[in-house]
Amino acid sequence: MTNIPETGRTPRVQTRLVVIQILVLSLLGTLGGRLWYLQIREGAQYQKEASGNHVQQVVQPAVRGSILDARGVPLADNETRLVVSASRTDLLKQKDDGKAVLTKLAGVLGMDPQEVMQKVRLCDAKTPQPCWNGSPYQPIPITDEATAKQALQIRERAEDFPGITAEPEAVRRYAAPGKSNTAQVLGYLSPVTDEEIQKAKDTSSPYLRSDMVGRSGLERQYDAQLRGKAGVTRYEVDNLGRVIGKAKSDAAEPGSNLVTSIDARVQRVAEYELDKAMKAARQQYDKITGTNYKADSGAVVVMEAKTGRVVAMASAPTYDPNVWVGGISAKDYAALTGKNSDYPLLNRAIQGQSAPGSTFKVVSTAAAVEAGYDFNGNYPCTSSYSVGGQVFKNFEGENFGPISLGRALEVSCDTVFYGLADNEWKKDGGINPKKGQPKDYFFKAAHQFGLGQETGLDLPNEVTGRVPDRAWKQRYWEANKDAWCRTGKKNGSYVEKIAYENCLEGNKMREGDAINYSIGQGDTLVTPIQEAVIYGAISNGGTMYTPTIGKAVVSADGKQVTEIKPKVRGKLPITKATRDMMDQALAGVATRGTAAWKFAGWPQDKIPLHAKTGTAEVYGKQTTSWLATYSKDYSVIMTISQAGTGSGASGEAVRNIYSALYGVQANGSIDNKRALLPTPQKSLPKIQADGTIAAPKISGDPAKDQEAIAKQVAEQGGTTAPDDDQGTAATTNTPPTGNRDTRRRQRRRGSRRTTA
Amino acid sequence: MTGANSFSVSGYGPDRAGWTRLFARDSVTRRLDWPMLLSALALSGIGSALIFSATRNRTEINQGDPYYFLIRNLMNTGIGLALMIGTVWLGHRALRNAVPVLYGASVLGILLVLTPLGATINGSRNWIVLGGGFSIQPSEFVKITIILGMAMILSARVDAGDKPHPDHRTVLQALGLSAVPILIVLLMPDLGTVLVLVTIILGALLASGASNRWVFGLLGAGVVGCVAIWQLHILDEYQINRFAAFANPSLDPSGVGYNTNQARIAIGSGGLTGAGLFHGSQTTGQFVPEQQTDFVFTVAGEELGFVGAGLIIVLLGVILWRACRIARETSELYGTVVAASIVAWFAFQAFENIGMTLGIMPVTGLPLPFVSYGGSSMFVVWVAVGLLQSIRVQRPMSA
Repeated sequence: MTNIPETGRTPRVQTRLVVIQILVLSLLGTLGGRLWYLQIREGAQYQKEASGNHVQQVVQPAVRGSILDARGVPLADNETRLVVSASRTDLLKQKDDGKAVLTKLAGVLGMDPQEVMQKVRLCDAKTPQPCWNGSPYQPIPITDEATAKQALQIRERAEDFPGITAEPEAVRRYAAPGKSNTAQVLGYLSPVTDEEIQKAKDTSSPYLRSDMVGRSGLERQYDAQLRGKAGVTRYEVDNLGRVIGKAKSDAAEPGSNLVTSIDARVQRVAEYELDKAMKAARQQYDKITGTNYKADSGAVVVMEAKTGRVVAMASAPTYDPNVWVGGISAKDYAALTGKNSDYPLLNRAIQGQSAPGSTFKVVSTAAAVEAGYDFNGNYPCTSSYSVGGQVFKNFEGENFGPISLGRALEVSCDTVFYGLADNEWKKDGGINPKKGQPKDYFFKAAHQFGLGQETGLDLPNEVTGRVPDRAWKQRYWEANKDAWCRTGKKNGSYVEKIAYENCLEGNKMREGDAINYSIGQGDTLVTPIQEAVIYGAISNGGTMYTPTIGKAVVSADGKQVTEIKPKVRGKLPITKATRDMMDQALAGVATRGTAAWKFAGWPQDKIPLHAKTGTAEVYGKQTTSWLATYSKDYSVIMTISQAGTGSGASGEAVRNIYSALYGVQANGSIDNKRALLPTPQKSLPKIQADGTIAAPKISGDPAKDQEAIAKQVAEQGGTTAPDDDQGTAATTNTPPTGNRDTRRRQRRRGSRRTTA
Repeated sequence: MTGANSFSVSGYGPDRAGWTRLFARDSVTRRLDWPMLLSALALSGIGSALIFSATRNRTEINQGDPYYFLIRNLMNTGIGLALMIGTVWLGHRALRNAVPVLYGASVLGILLVLTPLGATINGSRNWIVLGGGFSIQPSEFVKITIILGMAMILSARVDAGDKPHPDHRTVLQALGLSAVPILIVLLMPDLGTVLVLVTIILGALLASGASNRWVFGLLGAGVVGCVAIWQLHILDEYQINRFAAFANPSLDPSGVGYNTNQARIAIGSGGLTGAGLFHGSQTTGQFVPEQQTDFVFTVAGEELGFVGAGLIIVLLGVILWRACRIARETSELYGTVVAASIVAWFAFQAFENIGMTLGIMPVTGLPLPFVSYGGSSMFVVWVAVGLLQSIRVQRPMSA
């Protein structure tokens, strides 16, 4: 026992106890080190993870602002509808990817199961519409037209419809006040795409998954203002998603309302008259093609001359913008965009371009004056103009003898302008000018009139039109010469001959090009809105305005009103004297010139109207009709593709639009009470204290009202029917009835023609 | 061997007043290991606060009373303290004599768990539910039984002076004694407790001075056993999953790896000083499961930060340090083995518990000594403290 120490421990035990102690200490040290690593070194990272862990966002969509007309009548607003939506994530959890549920749902909604399934599939490069191009995690609307009964059926049997919801939601409504349509101007909405969310993430107005985004028209242009800001409430939640606190809350800010300069009544009249004119043109026989006019598309612009504000903008063919609401069906989408559609989504007032024909002569007149020709000089208006082997005929071989530029405008004499343009072409050095030599007055004037570029109005995707100057010809030739040189044949068909010529010298300004150009033929392209700006500028004394449709952005509470002021874009390159003479000549067009037969009996002394007709040739198609007009307040432009002459196809319609604006009766008297807009609407609609905007009542159909009044007056023994040809001046060369024969020049040297 | 009895507690005159006696120079009170005792009390206090924080909003388990768990934990701690005092009063030597009774009772207890009387919680059939919201976990008491049993057998002949070290036969006897309850616990299956029991046996063997062959043999057998268990699919799926999640917590963050991931986020987000008691969003949001019991350390990590969580580790360190000292300073091998086994037990259980919340150990259901909520575990750790104190009180006064 003596070998056992007093403490009861042998050295072996003692060593082992020390080992245990060291082990224990190192274990604790390990814990401490790991704790330091997690909390101090990586702490920030875990703090971030923790906050992401327990915060849930609840998004309250903002109510989209309304689009109002100049008097406050809503053109686009919101209504509450019962929306049935499907959650893709829930459907995909089901055995058959939700097919059974969707089929059952189609039964309840009275829809085709195929259509329902198409609406739920995701869009990609290979999937045609209808498909869902929003986020796959967001409920996909199947219909927004569910009845209360259908919604109840779905909600009461929720277990039969997993992943399907039926909720009341605010959806867009295009109200069509007074039957006005305004479809292309208003545009449409569709769900935001993933790319857009990514792109707008760090901007001042980021998108939310549930957002609808304006895709065209005003809806797109003013999307940021109309959309408002969705309310986001961040809740702290526990592991089961139960709310344990509110972290941060941004209340939803409803979108601002957009007051436009559109007057719904005038818009309706413009649309109605355009439609009527197109239908009428289709009844007219075209001698050249031997068929009736097709009148396949057209546009009207009514613009305030002194501000550039657009009062009405109609484009035909058109469509009902409400088809977009709640997702578009396959059939509707095909009808709007398919190969066989007439592309009603196009706003032809800003996206339709065609040769301006004689309406271009105001540009040529200004160019001639600029080039030094006296406005009141004598210029031969012969029946034809010959250059080399080519003969350029005046319209129907008319011969007015030597006349002034003003008279040339009135009677739309082509040969006067042929001669002037040809002179200048020769002065500029002919086909091979020296470097820096060409003055190109005629082309320069076109640019100065704002052609070949966007007017900059507040609608997306405006087209530029085209001024076929030397630079353009060079570019165009470089792009196409290979094809021309391949297909061109010296003695081939018409097209082949042209290709051959173009291959050789398509990059050069040929004599014929300059001559054709002077009367708005050839490769020149303009849009109706460009013409509206030009004729508005002639009306107001020479100031070109950037056209605007938006007039003011009014915050939802009505407290913040951001007016969109008229913006001057430039001055016409004409002196006041030239302007006045031009003004007089264009008034002459309406009283004794080419449009006089349509404006007989108009109270010209009280409301002077000015006009210029145009009839543009389009290779392989019927002629495009143009009628550019203005009063002291408005410029009104109408164009119809494949419809004959400007005055013949559009004269009556334009006159009716002016009648409606100014309250002119069929007998020429003026009834101010019936005038829709005798002076442009200056003030904004009244904004009430609660932010709502008062809107006047609007009749069921202002266009029909106007028509009815005209008829009534006529029956009561009104003096003249507007169609009667009672030209004030005998000198006007007007055919007796109906649509005047198409103005048609013999053309040997055609070139590329573009469609309207 | 009468020398051992000369350190009797009752060495004081009956004429002394109670309180004077209590604080007399060589009184029991004076001889208690106060640093250990205070550390244990501090841990229990911190534990109560953490448990309160973790449970005050959990209406689905606290029956609508935010203080439900706090009050029960304080009660458990009180009972634990009483058990400690009782243990000191009885003395570890007296308990040595009671080993056969204790052994029989605990084996019976864990056997009862396997009968329909037992309740399964978290995949382990580990509890006997008594009425009135109380339940006990007999496997916890097995820890004490095995410590006392191992120490008794291993030290009997050494303390008698027959041998310098326990011989093979003694070791075999001791192992045989432990094997029965371990096998039963393995059947529950309660892997965590089995690991603790094996660690206790290792500690006991080490401290007893048994041949190295036994120590390393046992370690080797453990490794072989683990491989065999893995290969033979003895473990339940949830246990394998826990290990898989330990190896790669991002494997399935909402499923198997959820606990580890959320625990790590909770602790990591605490930073240096934490979110403040009752202000941890992970804790308030109940992202970490079992937060008042096995994962109580995450509450400390999130709400008290590195300072508070580090304090828990330091306090545990103090207890273990003092226990090691007691093991080294006692005169009998019996006391040494008991103290060393308790050190092995506490150290392993604390390391495993904290380690799993920190993501360096796989998840097993083991409470953190003194801190976690749970009556049985609270009782036995205080009994263990009582044993350590008893050993210290009765060790020779080293001047």
